[in-house]
Amino acid sequence: MTCSRRDFLKGVMDRALVATLPVSAFVLLSNDEARAAVEGSKVRWAFLVDTRTCTGCGLCVTACKTENEIPFDAPVTRTWVERYVLTKDGETHIDSPLGGRDGFIDDKIRDEEIDPEDIAKAFFVPKLCNQCDNPACVQVCPVGATYQTDDGVVLIDRDWCIGCGYCIMACPYGVRFFHPEERVADKCNFCYHRISNGMQPACVESCAFGARQLANLEDPDDPVTRIIMTERVAVLKDEYGTNPNVFYLGLDASVR
Amino acid sequence: MSADAIVHGVEWTTRELFVYPNEFIYWSIQIVMYPFMTGLVAGAFVLSSLYHVFGQKDLKEIAQFSLVFSLALLPVAALPLLLHLQLPTRAMEPLLTPHFTSAIAAFGIVFTAYGLIVLSEIWFVYRGYFVAQVHALQGESALATVMKRSVYRVLTIGAYDVSDGAIKVDKKAATILAAIGIPVACFLHGYAGFIFGSVKANALWMSPLMPVIFIMSAVVSGIALCMLTYIIIMEWQAFRQRRHGGARKASEIKGAETDVITKATRYLLGFLVAAISLELLDLIFRGYTAMKSWDILRSVMYGKDFMNIFVLQYTIGNLVPFVLLLLPGRTMKRTVLALLLVLFGVFMMRWNVVIGGQAFSLSFSGYMHYDIPI
Repeated sequence: MTCSRRDFLKGVMDRALVATLPVSAFVLLSNDEARAAVEGSKVRWAFLVDTRTCTGCGLCVTACKTENEIPFDAPVTRTWVERYVLTKDGETHIDSPLGGRDGFIDDKIRDEEIDPEDIAKAFFVPKLCNQCDNPACVQVCPVGATYQTDDGVVLIDRDWCIGCGYCIMACPYGVRFFHPEERVADKCNFCYHRISNGMQPACVESCAFGARQLANLEDPDDPVTRIIMTERVAVLKDEYGTNPNVFYLGLDASVR
Repeated sequence: MSADAIVHGVEWTTRELFVYPNEFIYWSIQIVMYPFMTGLVAGAFVLSSLYHVFGQKDLKEIAQFSLVFSLALLPVAALPLLLHLQLPTRAMEPLLTPHFTSAIAAFGIVFTAYGLIVLSEIWFVYRGYFVAQVHALQGESALATVMKRSVYRVLTIGAYDVSDGAIKVDKKAATILAAIGIPVACFLHGYAGFIFGSVKANALWMSPLMPVIFIMSAVVSGIALCMLTYIIIMEWQAFRQRRHGGARKASEIKGAETDVITKATRYLLGFLVAAISLELLDLIFRGYTAMKSWDILRSVMYGKDFMNIFVLQYTIGNLVPFVLLLLPGRTMKRTVLALLLVLFGVFMMRWNVVIGGQAFSLSFSGYMHYDIPI
């Protein structure tokens, strides 16, 4: 029996291909993703935003709009980035043109030029739904179209929402709006369709600086959960008693 | 159509300084009209109950009238709420699958209960009249009269007993229903106030006084509109009498009218004082406690909305009619003017709550202005 070098290599290639195929058919899940996939498992989705590393590039907003089919040019958005410029005279200048979708390429804030010499500090703050433990929006929905899942995410049933806007009024964070095409209430849901299938939210995936991270608070080994548990984190507007689940690193007192 | 135009709120919202991207005036003129109309319904009912329950005999004339008035307005009151929905075809859902932690979910039950009470009370009050009409129109052959009689026959639901005993039972039933109706009417409107007062995210709305303020101003507006309509009807009757040469009868009508209006005015003024006191208490309390939101609230109330709140609502809508009604030598024309101003004042109060509550951003760093789209 003769085996040319060519035949040998071909045979190796074929067998290697056949051997790797079944392996590639499996997805490697992280601990919390695997747990999320098992019914009845304990998952509590939360979010960590590092305001110190956000550069205000706006890619998260673009990714979110694309992923969740929110009309790109409509002035509503599931997530947005705010720019804070605190001047030495104690004034706070805030803006978020188009939700920061196109980045902050203009130095001016609402046509106002700020002298760099006058700036005391400046930073960006990404915002999204806080998936509160005690969500005001769920409480006020007259038909139960917005509800909280077992893993803590607040969802909206588009087939049952009547579009009364009460939930929009009730949210202290202003994350809700009427979807321009569906005409029902809409908001961030941590990309529930993605995280339930072991993927990361679109904004997390698109952030080049690691400023946005998803956490499973029920998993003490989750590296992001560990940061939330061990570092000094803050939440937005805790005075409303909503118990938000988006945690911020380096949150300034001036942030609204 | 640009992408802007399809976003709910963009068309009529002007923003100033920093406002969260998704913030617009979401609750607009329809939501102003809703508590205004519901208030008229509840107020008219309370006026009629003053006679039926508390035995204020001097209000008998206007009491029966305002009861029917309340029923007539009831279906209209829900219309603005319905028209405001993004998906009005799903309007039945709050009735079919109410989610009871929501104030709006109580709507179906309260509205239905209230409607049934008003309907049955009217039946007991007017049953004797229905029976009398059936007998009076008997034997007439004109088609219109025959039809009219059959309508009255249907309305009696077969209860033709008009003996003293039966009429007494009717009166008692009406009194009981009116007594139950008062808390229900207050609930009907109190819950409209609760819809706003319970929104903790909104610094202007959140107040336990809101439902009470709403009830008081509701009664004010209900009494005012009943009085106004009553005057118009009585004037029309007097006018018709004069045309038919019955000058004495016309003066009798006018005399009775003045009597009823004078008495109703007393109640109107009482409730007006209560409403204004509560509103001022709310305002003073906010200023005195000066919570985090006070800075932006003050700038809205004393600045941007000064005209709407202090000139249009408190001065033209409250103070001026108050003086007009109190000054001696009150004429019917002056009363009509005062009543129109009272109604305007209550409307402005609803406007300043609903639109004023959205005049500032949740960030407390910016403002929104509502340009009514016409």
